[in-house]
Amino acid sequence: MDPVEHISDFIEQLTAADGNGPEQLLQHLCHIQQRYSFIPGEAVDLLSARLSVPASTIKGVIGFYAFLHDKARGDFDILFSDSITDHMLGSRELVHSLCRRLGVELGVPRADGRVTVDLTSCTGMCDQGPAMLVNGIAVTGLDQARIETIGGLIDSGTRSEQWPGEFFRVSDNIQRRDLMLDSTISEGSALRALLNGDSDKMLDELDRSALRGRGGAGFKTATKWGFCRAAPGQQRYVVCNADEGEPGTFKDRILLNSYADEVFEGMTLCAGVIGASQGYLYLRGEYRYLLEPLHNVLQRRRQAGLLGRNILGRDGFDFDITIHLGAGAYICGEESSLIESLEGKRGIPRKRPPFPVTSGFQNQPTVVNNVETFVAAAQIAAYGADWFRAVGTAQSTGTKLLSISGDCTRPGIYEYPFGVSIAEVLQDCGGGDAQAVQVAGAAGSTLPPGDFDRIIAFEDVATGGSFMVFNQQRDMLDAVQNFAHFFAHESCGFCTPCRVGGTLLKDLVDKVHAGRGTEYDLQQMREIGGLMRLASHCGLGTTAPNPVLDTLDKFPAIYRSRLCDSGYEPAFDLDAALQAARQISGRDRSSAPGETDT
Amino acid sequence: MSDNKTFTLDSKVIEFQDGDTIMDAALRAGAYIPHLCHNPEFEPHGSCRVCIVGVNGRRVSACTQPVTEGLQVDSNSAAINEERRALLQMLFVEGNHVCPACEKSGACQLQAVAYYAGMLEPHFTHFFPRRSVDASHADIAIDFNRCILCELCVRASRDMDGKNVFSIAGRGVGSHLVVNSPTGKLVDSDFSASDKAAQVCPVGAILHKHRGYDRPIGERLYDRQPISVVGDVAAQDDKDHG
Repeated sequence: MDPVEHISDFIEQLTAADGNGPEQLLQHLCHIQQRYSFIPGEAVDLLSARLSVPASTIKGVIGFYAFLHDKARGDFDILFSDSITDHMLGSRELVHSLCRRLGVELGVPRADGRVTVDLTSCTGMCDQGPAMLVNGIAVTGLDQARIETIGGLIDSGTRSEQWPGEFFRVSDNIQRRDLMLDSTISEGSALRALLNGDSDKMLDELDRSALRGRGGAGFKTATKWGFCRAAPGQQRYVVCNADEGEPGTFKDRILLNSYADEVFEGMTLCAGVIGASQGYLYLRGEYRYLLEPLHNVLQRRRQAGLLGRNILGRDGFDFDITIHLGAGAYICGEESSLIESLEGKRGIPRKRPPFPVTSGFQNQPTVVNNVETFVAAAQIAAYGADWFRAVGTAQSTGTKLLSISGDCTRPGIYEYPFGVSIAEVLQDCGGGDAQAVQVAGAAGSTLPPGDFDRIIAFEDVATGGSFMVFNQQRDMLDAVQNFAHFFAHESCGFCTPCRVGGTLLKDLVDKVHAGRGTEYDLQQMREIGGLMRLASHCGLGTTAPNPVLDTLDKFPAIYRSRLCDSGYEPAFDLDAALQAARQISGRDRSSAPGETDT
Repeated sequence: MSDNKTFTLDSKVIEFQDGDTIMDAALRAGAYIPHLCHNPEFEPHGSCRVCIVGVNGRRVSACTQPVTEGLQVDSNSAAINEERRALLQMLFVEGNHVCPACEKSGACQLQAVAYYAGMLEPHFTHFFPRRSVDASHADIAIDFNRCILCELCVRASRDMDGKNVFSIAGRGVGSHLVVNSPTGKLVDSDFSASDKAAQVCPVGAILHKHRGYDRPIGERLYDRQPISVVGDVAAQDDKDHG
């Protein structure tokens, strides 16, 4: 390892490069974490003084983001993706294997301070898993042999930068192309289309295309841009939501890797329409490996006059883009949490109204769109609304990228016109043996074969793009359990129903999974889930119970087959609790008073 | 009267002013909507969700939802009261709320709202979290077991006292109140018993020392009349000490 400079010098460098504003807090913390494998207490005090942010607030931010730590993780911080699709590819066996190999306990730094092995939520590599992050960089295609090699590399202290290149290979894995992936635009053509007319004409064209937000909610893009343009403010901002954290989603990874010009062109187009001079790309921490290539694209675009001052020679068309890294918080995919995070804070969803279009980043009018939406917008500007609306359905124009993973022979990225049926997608990806498809991720819906004739469209099965296939051999309660744990882990903790209800729900799913559940527990799950859906503060809380509520209705057998006969069973396992005492006393259950069986 | 804008809360027609939330207008009209994290002296928060009401078939928090002309708001319905009861039960099992052993019993807003909502038992499985007590300060003790994360002390210290003594740390069910001092102890912060933040706790988490049980059981804030008549703890404390 390089000799590490004194933390105060490092913070000096950071603040000199990126500034002393409190909104830089999270970015500074990400850099410090990456450099030191944790945020030393001294760094908290120094940042508190430099940024004028209370030390407890900084600690609150560190505690909020899963990738920030207040204790050293060591030279090798390893996080296995814990998505259900990674499980199905055998990730848990590999985790335990590496832990044994290295002599570490999961989640606990090794005594010599060299390595920590832990779990993290889905890292977006479901089509080439099992996957992990080493010091923040994605490693794909794990198997027993690769785990052995990694164990050896860690033992020998080989820096992760010097690990074999193929470990870090992330392929686009595009299996089906349609309108969007087949139609790259020449650099600047969308912006020239804007400058040849005016922003009114461009908004009309976008409106006529009927483009709707690709994150899944489906709000009309032209309406959003129009609201933002009309809202009063000193500044306007364009934000690209590249925090795709929904388990099973990885389509933005491909767009950011191979269509970054279209993404940035779409953002610049939006800036030209609404009158923004600053944009942010909020990149999920799991995609840190894309940071440098994206910076290179931005730099090339600045040199080509497509970013910066007087874009394409137009006086006053000034716009630039900054990339902000996330740090392991699913909630930051919610647009108001994302804005809080951009401002350097804990990603707690704001109350609405006001909506970001009138009061977003720094309380100024802000457009937040999905990566795919910006690509579509740029293409519509270049090729026209008619080109776009020629495919899809009347209410869902254009195409949708699906990230397909799980039990299918050809996982990867599939682009389809809206309106495609689940059955057709399954046939194409080799998922003919499916007993269920989880569409739109953990927060989405669990579809049984009876629903396979339904279509991908905002008016039927809406999705941000996640499409996970489960074959007949799978135990669907494993998936429900994985999702319930995911939501309990990712709840921001702000509102009561999601914070407490999510944990109650997780515990009940565990209880049923362990064969200790009763009919009463299922009723409890319905009540708790129903309350979360009704009363939560944001979309995370309202959708978190979906996998439980959906499967209770559509897959009742996965619960019923495990229920106890009794009307009530305590969650508490008396025998397990007494085990240590019995060992010490040398007694067993048969000698217990009142115990008749042997 | 006819010139003024109105909306309907259950069957009661209530006047409102531009910029009002449902809660603002209801409080002004003396109509009670159960709440815990709301205090009209501070920016609305919307986190406890106890003030959920029905608007256009959806549940919204009354403390954050702007009123519009002619809005029909359902509050005191059987379904909503049942939902509120479940939310209160969640708050009870999340912390360690032992009413008989709490100095605040009888003058606790959580307890009073729970009685009002007809909560008779905690219902859900207790979390029994391990939380500490901070008795380091000469005048104030904090029992974190009773904190319901309403963030009123956070808001009061930040927005009124200008001290930022409190923050929320952690995430999800691990979210917890922390004190901004080098040791994390209240004594090492610049907190004072006269701070606004010392007067706003709706439960027994932030307690004034040296005046325990100065009002006997039976004569406490909510001993004779329900919270819908008496009002909030903080408002009462203002009357007592302000």
